[in-house]
Amino acid sequence: MADDKKELQKIEAQSSIETERTRSRRVYVPKVDIYEAKDAIMLVADMPGVDEKSVDITLEKNVLTIAGTVEPEAYKNHSITYSEYDTGDYERSFTISDEVDRNKIEASVKQGVLRVTLHKVEPVKAKKITIKTG
Amino acid sequence: MFGPGFWRVGRMMNQLSEMQNLQREMNRLFSGFTQPLSHEFPAINIWLGKDDAIVSAELPGIDPGKIDISVVADTITLSGSREKDELKEGESYHRQERNYGNYMRTLQIPFQVDAAKVDAKYEKGVLRITLPRSEAAKPKKISIKSE
Repeated sequence: MADDKKELQKIEAQSSIETERTRSRRVYVPKVDIYEAKDAIMLVADMPGVDEKSVDITLEKNVLTIAGTVEPEAYKNHSITYSEYDTGDYERSFTISDEVDRNKIEASVKQGVLRVTLHKVEPVKAKKITIKTG
Repeated sequence: MFGPGFWRVGRMMNQLSEMQNLQREMNRLFSGFTQPLSHEFPAINIWLGKDDAIVSAELPGIDPGKIDISVVADTITLSGSREKDELKEGESYHRQERNYGNYMRTLQIPFQVDAAKVDAKYEKGVLRITLPRSEAAKPKKISIKSE
C-alpha cells in the first residue's frame, strides 16, 4: 500500500507523564490526518473498533485529548492461530492554539474513523470609527 | 500479489506461537513497542474453531460495499482501496499519517471453505469474515472394528 512499511504498524503509546493506567491494556496512538480549512481545523483519526459511545474527547486548557476504548477481541470456542495486530485502547493529545473556538468543537465517529472539527474563532472585524466634528 | 505464505499457519502453529511470543517480547525490548509480524495492509488476525475460521481485519473508514472478498477452496482474497479525503481549495495538511491506496491480501486457511456459507460483517471499522469448513473437509470419526 504505502512505500514506507513502518507506517503501517500500530504504534503503542508511550506515556509522557509518569502515570499508569488502572487497566492493564495496551494503548495505541491513533494515526491522524489534520488539515486546515478557511474556518476550521479538521482532525481525522483511525480508531478501528471504536464507536460514538466508546470515544471521549476532552479539552483541558489548550490540550485536546482523544481517547477510545475497544472491546477485546475474542470468540467463543475459537483460538487465535495467526495474529498481526493486537487490540487495545487509543489515546492521543494535541495542543491547540488560541485560534480555535473552545465552545465550538464538533466530533463524529463513522466506520471506526473519528472526525473532530475545530472551528476557528470569528475574526475580529475591523471597525471603522467615524470622527465627529465638534 | 501473494502475501507471505499461509502454509505454515495450520501445520506449524504450536511451534510458531512460542517463537512468535518470544520474538514479540524481544522486539518490544529493543524497539520500545511491539511490531506486528507482517507489514501488509490490512493487518489480519485468524481465529480457528472446530467448524469454522474467523478472519478479522482492521479497515477503518472504508465503505463496506467496496470491500471485495473472494473465496476459492481454501484461499481467501481481500481487496479494495482506501480513498483519500479530497481537500478543497485553500485547505492544507498539517499532518498526514493515515494510509491510502489500493490493498490486496491473499490468505490460505488450513481447510476447504464452504464458499456459499461465508459470512462477512463490517462494524466500527473492523471486518470479520466467518469461513465455515466445507462438509467434505470435516473430520470423520473412524471406528475400529474388533473381531
